[in-house]
Amino acid sequence: MRIPSRRANPVSLPAYAGEVLARIQAAFSHAVESSPSVDWPTLVVDRASVVDVCRFCRDEPALLFNFLTDVTGVDWLGRSPRFEVVYHLFSLSFNRRMRLKVRLPEDDPKLPTTIGVWPTANWHEREVFDMYGIVFEGHPNLQKILTPDFMEGHPLRKDFPLGDEEIWDAEGGSIVQPPGSYRPVDPEGVKRFR
Amino acid sequence: MRIWVEGVGLEPDPLEGQTQVLNMGPQHPGTHGVLRVVLTLEGEVIVRAEPHVGYVHTGIEKNLEYKPYQQGVTLTDRIEYTSASCNNLAFVLPIEKLLGIEIPPRATILRVIWAELSRLSGHLIWVGNHAIDLGAMSVFLYAFREREWIMDLHEMAAGTRMMPSYIRVGGVYYDIPEGWVEKCRAFCKLLPGRLDEYEDLLTANPIWLVRTQDVGKIDAETAIAMGLSGPSIRACGVPWDVRKSDPYCDYETYDFDVPIGEHGDVYDRYLVRVAEMRQSVRIIEQALDRLEPGPVMTPEPSVGRPPKAQVYTKMEELIYHFLLVTEGFHVPAGEAYVPTEGAKGEVGFYIVSDGSNRPYKAHMRAPSFVNLQSLETMAKGHMVPDLIAIIASIDLILGEVDR
Repeated sequence: MRIPSRRANPVSLPAYAGEVLARIQAAFSHAVESSPSVDWPTLVVDRASVVDVCRFCRDEPALLFNFLTDVTGVDWLGRSPRFEVVYHLFSLSFNRRMRLKVRLPEDDPKLPTTIGVWPTANWHEREVFDMYGIVFEGHPNLQKILTPDFMEGHPLRKDFPLGDEEIWDAEGGSIVQPPGSYRPVDPEGVKRFR
Repeated sequence: MRIWVEGVGLEPDPLEGQTQVLNMGPQHPGTHGVLRVVLTLEGEVIVRAEPHVGYVHTGIEKNLEYKPYQQGVTLTDRIEYTSASCNNLAFVLPIEKLLGIEIPPRATILRVIWAELSRLSGHLIWVGNHAIDLGAMSVFLYAFREREWIMDLHEMAAGTRMMPSYIRVGGVYYDIPEGWVEKCRAFCKLLPGRLDEYEDLLTANPIWLVRTQDVGKIDAETAIAMGLSGPSIRACGVPWDVRKSDPYCDYETYDFDVPIGEHGDVYDRYLVRVAEMRQSVRIIEQALDRLEPGPVMTPEPSVGRPPKAQVYTKMEELIYHFLLVTEGFHVPAGEAYVPTEGAKGEVGFYIVSDGSNRPYKAHMRAPSFVNLQSLETMAKGHMVPDLIAIIASIDLILGEVDR
């Protein structure tokens, strides 16, 4: 049995949502489509034109989304396209917010970097690369940022094996790794860290 | 530069233009945790300062994906442990937006009080640590003395001192106990005078002025481009506070000012934060006046815990109680991001739900992580000891940087 959710999501888009979406869609009719959302106006952007759309959002006098709040990824394992990169934008001039999404296929998770538009994207993109393995082309320093250098894999992917802790095998009388667990590539590095 | 060589006279410095690399941290008291900064120095002047983070990465975002929503609240305390309630609030708001539930007024007021108390706690730790980094030991001791009041208030209502997890999805944990409001009022009465004492020690102190003024400057345009938020961007003269721009928890009904700096240096960041503490006290006093008796958890039985008396005597409440404890509530599919003003800057959780009882994705917009990017811009051209002042003035919590 599951507890019923009494209410569906209430849609409470801000009043400016229609205007913002219409402006961007008018300029990039071929590359963007609006996406349902309960809080901020949301657009799905074609990855080839992500930099152009971002620059338009920042520079267009009626939009001026000059503040990049956040960049993150979502792994929709089992769906196609598998990955989603989500940008949250904020306009200090108009006090407006919006969200951009880029969908990426599993076999080619690459998109151009937006550092040229907002320098703050630097670490955000490094984090997304570290956590999801999404490559931001043109990034000047696309290295792992949070996980240790010797670690393989991208931990926020849904197929990343859980359970790195060794377990005590009572029958065999030894410490073993659980099946399917992530094994570090550099045993020396592990010794150093444990 | 030229140097004096005995018997020869003034000669060009052979080290002119050469740089050396100095590794600062991760075990360095001035880095407020385990931050490593790789410095490129020309003499003692910083040419590059590249922060390396990730030493306390604990995978909290991954962990949140495998915990029911209500259990996840306890993890958000651990991200930014000096002002934990601000994080609790940032985590529950998008979930409540997806659920579409109403929060009882008393719970909303209590949330404001707790968020401001934890902002005070974060700022008190910051002022103490900032001062001790620059050699003023006594402020550290005084600030921790005042913080102890907040820890006591946490303990009275939530049972724990540092990680209260008092703000839950649907409202707050239990109602505040008897005597809490009086103690909180006494604290609000006492703190402004104590802040005056800190300011007596620091604000016009010549050593403090020399160490902080014109150090770590960043202009408003660069700050916006680098994504600075919170007191750090307000010190550059950008009048932006999420409590005013995107009000949540009825912040628009409270009467408070947003302190704005002018120069964007370490000293202005100090002034802004101290002024912000006074405003937090104002907000808490107004909120305490508004407190009326009432429920503190949403009456929605699928989310809020039913009253214990009813769990013992009624069938449906017993079932809900059992399901909430064993499985948790299910959140309708969708995504939400609610910006809030944490102690360090804009905190917001991007929650993606697939309709199950756990978040499909929970990402935190961590202000310390974003603000740390500006370190290099601020530190360029300064001496190594100034870097300590700059790191302290950004107010880093490495638990939040690494999550």
